[in-house]
Amino acid sequence: MIAESIVRQFKILVGEDNAWTDATDLHTYSYDAAVVDPVQPGLIVRPTTTEALGKTVRLCHENGLPLTVRGAGTNLSGGTVPLPGGVVIVTNGMKTILEINEADMYAVVQPGVVTAKLAAAVEAKGLFYPPDPGSQAVSTIGGNVAENAGGLRGLKYGVTRDYVMGVSFFDVEGNLVKSGSRTVKCATGYNLTGLMVGSEGTLGVFAEIILKLIPLPAHRKAMMAVFESLEKASETVAAIIAARIVPATLEFLDNFTIRAVEDFSKAGLPRDAAAMLLVELDGYPAQVEEDTAQVEALCRSMGATSVRVAQDAAERDRVWAARRAALSALAQLKPTLVLEDATVPCSRIPEMVAAIQRIARRYDLTIGTFGHAGDGNLHPTILTDKRNHAEWERVEKAIDDIFDEALKMGGTLSGEHGTGLAKCRYLEKETSAGTILFSSRLKRALDPKNILNPGKIIAAKV
Amino acid sequence: MHELEDQLVVCMKCGMCQSVCPVFDQTGREADVTRGKLALLNGLMEQMFDDPEGVYLRLNKCLLCGSCAANCPSGVSVQEIFLTARAILAGYMGLPVAKRLILRGMLANPRLFDRLTEWGARFQSVFTRPVNDIVGTSCARVMSPLIQDRHFRTLAPVPFHRQVPHLDRPAGRSGLKVAIFTGCLIDKMFPNIAHSTLKVLDHCGVGVYLPENQGCCGIPALSSGDLPTFQKLLGHSLERFERGQFDWLVTACATCTSTIHEVWPKMADGRHRDAATRLARRTMDINQYLIREAGLQPLTAPARNPHIVTYHDPCHLKKSLKVFNEPRAVINATPGCTLKEMTESDWCCGMGGSFNLQYYDISKGIGMKKAVQIRETGANVLATGCPACMIQISDMLSQAGADVAVRHPIELYAEALEK
Repeated sequence: MIAESIVRQFKILVGEDNAWTDATDLHTYSYDAAVVDPVQPGLIVRPTTTEALGKTVRLCHENGLPLTVRGAGTNLSGGTVPLPGGVVIVTNGMKTILEINEADMYAVVQPGVVTAKLAAAVEAKGLFYPPDPGSQAVSTIGGNVAENAGGLRGLKYGVTRDYVMGVSFFDVEGNLVKSGSRTVKCATGYNLTGLMVGSEGTLGVFAEIILKLIPLPAHRKAMMAVFESLEKASETVAAIIAARIVPATLEFLDNFTIRAVEDFSKAGLPRDAAAMLLVELDGYPAQVEEDTAQVEALCRSMGATSVRVAQDAAERDRVWAARRAALSALAQLKPTLVLEDATVPCSRIPEMVAAIQRIARRYDLTIGTFGHAGDGNLHPTILTDKRNHAEWERVEKAIDDIFDEALKMGGTLSGEHGTGLAKCRYLEKETSAGTILFSSRLKRALDPKNILNPGKIIAAKV
Repeated sequence: MHELEDQLVVCMKCGMCQSVCPVFDQTGREADVTRGKLALLNGLMEQMFDDPEGVYLRLNKCLLCGSCAANCPSGVSVQEIFLTARAILAGYMGLPVAKRLILRGMLANPRLFDRLTEWGARFQSVFTRPVNDIVGTSCARVMSPLIQDRHFRTLAPVPFHRQVPHLDRPAGRSGLKVAIFTGCLIDKMFPNIAHSTLKVLDHCGVGVYLPENQGCCGIPALSSGDLPTFQKLLGHSLERFERGQFDWLVTACATCTSTIHEVWPKMADGRHRDAATRLARRTMDINQYLIREAGLQPLTAPARNPHIVTYHDPCHLKKSLKVFNEPRAVINATPGCTLKEMTESDWCCGMGGSFNLQYYDISKGIGMKKAVQIRETGANVLATGCPACMIQISDMLSQAGADVAVRHPIELYAEALEK
């Protein structure tokens, strides 16, 4: 319970309509998209100006109230699950695109701007903001930056980190901190922007974000290749990259996922195919055509049973509709879906695919695998029912094993979903005791009362 | 509550419903979007908090437009969950007095409802005055808490059922025959849509069965959680339509079609379920019927008044029934009509029946976005396949001072037949 007198002060800051304490409303901010237990906050605040945002942070600090910033709440690692009785700062009251600068190719946005809306606004001007996380239709730029979100285009275009030129943010006391600039080069001060990207709301609260834009590719070509074995498909992924071709997207679907998509969308996918690759090349028309021919030949020589290049935009859309349907289709099969994102170097994809198959057999689980094969970021998707406790224990063991395999191959626990609550206990495994110590000290120095989204990234002490 | 558990667990909390929810787009509050509402039902069920009234209130703050369900990756049966939950909660707490009066006192008795609205029609000119002749709206003459600043379509001086009480016209040259479910709004506010329907069916050589003393499809009762009134109305309708001989049941109201087709089989009690399911299977939107079954042909007569028409997709046609090509085909078959698409033609208009009465500010916020998108096309006619959407859009266009006529596609086609 937050004292009525303190709630009053928040209401004065953001307006009566933008601060909620009704238990029923609070319950709707107790979760995000991760499979973790809900936690009831004590207050929801929705600032609509930068000034009110800063003062909200300060007020939390003065009263020692833990605060969690929330965009669209689509986080898959529990990063937006609040602290018991804590404050949730909702950013969707601040969703203005402040500037799209065509001459200098950058955009300045408030944290609550929806990713897909920015992408569309930028594209209308012939520019391109490539990061396209699966939740882009609702996810916010603030959330994307805080989680260093990825997407389908990582291999060629990188992830959110690669497009953040600068951020301004409030520190825990509500002081405005600025870093980076509107220039391509900027060598002044610490690279606080780099520190803030992926900090999951544990070091400060974003006020404005400057994003790099690039020219929109002139030409695109998509294709679909079908394989009779998982190995052949995954080896083809490695072969394409070894041939120095960098597709914009290079996606993988295993047989289980193909069947689920086909049952769900009747898109005409080959139900008996062991695996499929979906490839999109973009850039200058001549080069795209050349690369397309080369990838097609490569797929065939690696043993693809069929390769189909999309002839027009409609067919291209159908290829990607099949990919986009993957998660939906899998989600309909069982009540609980655990979407993992352990990532390995691209060349180790064949080994990782095989390891996931082994783990599924070992724990007698249904795991559909699809994802961004091109950048090593597969999504082993475990289908289960959390209410079945015996099976849930096996799921947790399988997740441990998937992490171990990824780390053994020089990979990482999370390619794009963040550490949050779900992965913080594994962090030392991937890094070192020294890393945890350094991170804890950094956190303590910048947030002495430990109120900025505590317990995320660095595990809460038990 | 536990009968909902298996359906609730399907939601994986991905939050994609936020991108399409018209109410959330206005308010930004999680309790207003489906993910939040489902979490509340779940919380109530698992006794994480105890506030059935609060949950009922928040559940009702929903247009039941179905945009979330149409966009849901996990395929949550949103409408069924919400309607069931509203019924359970209303049963548990009792309906509010005003709703009980309207639903059980009036709607459940079709004859009484007819009489009351006729009296209303006679008196309405005393209290209202016309504001926009092209849109065809009026506003309140004096301050009224119910009307507020609405620009509304008035009740027809004579409702359709007075002009055509019943009909049993045999199949014409097409060899086809349909039954017509008129729908309250068409009967009492837009009788011209019903007349147009008869005219076009006649033109196509299709016979008509129109039973006497028709009632409401039941969705207003159901969306308030009043299951007994819904079952009573369902029984009333089944009794009337089971007697007739016809191939398809057609309606010109998107909401009635979607209710009969989607909701009747799911919400009917054991006594009515089989009959409701049978009738639902052969129920179709009028536009879809004309294009798919009756082979409606484009008219060749030159048009005297060329129109630019823009079409609004009613949620209950596009999202519930996947009907969106056929109404456009009817417009394209009408001489003089040039179809010009608006952006986001399938974004909800914000009407949502009683939602408009309870949350007029939000409803208006949603509707005004639609009015702007309509005006951007430069069209002088807005066509849509749902009388409820017509009421809302008329209000919005009229308040925006737009000179855009609001019509049902079938009215446009029927008018061309006259010329």
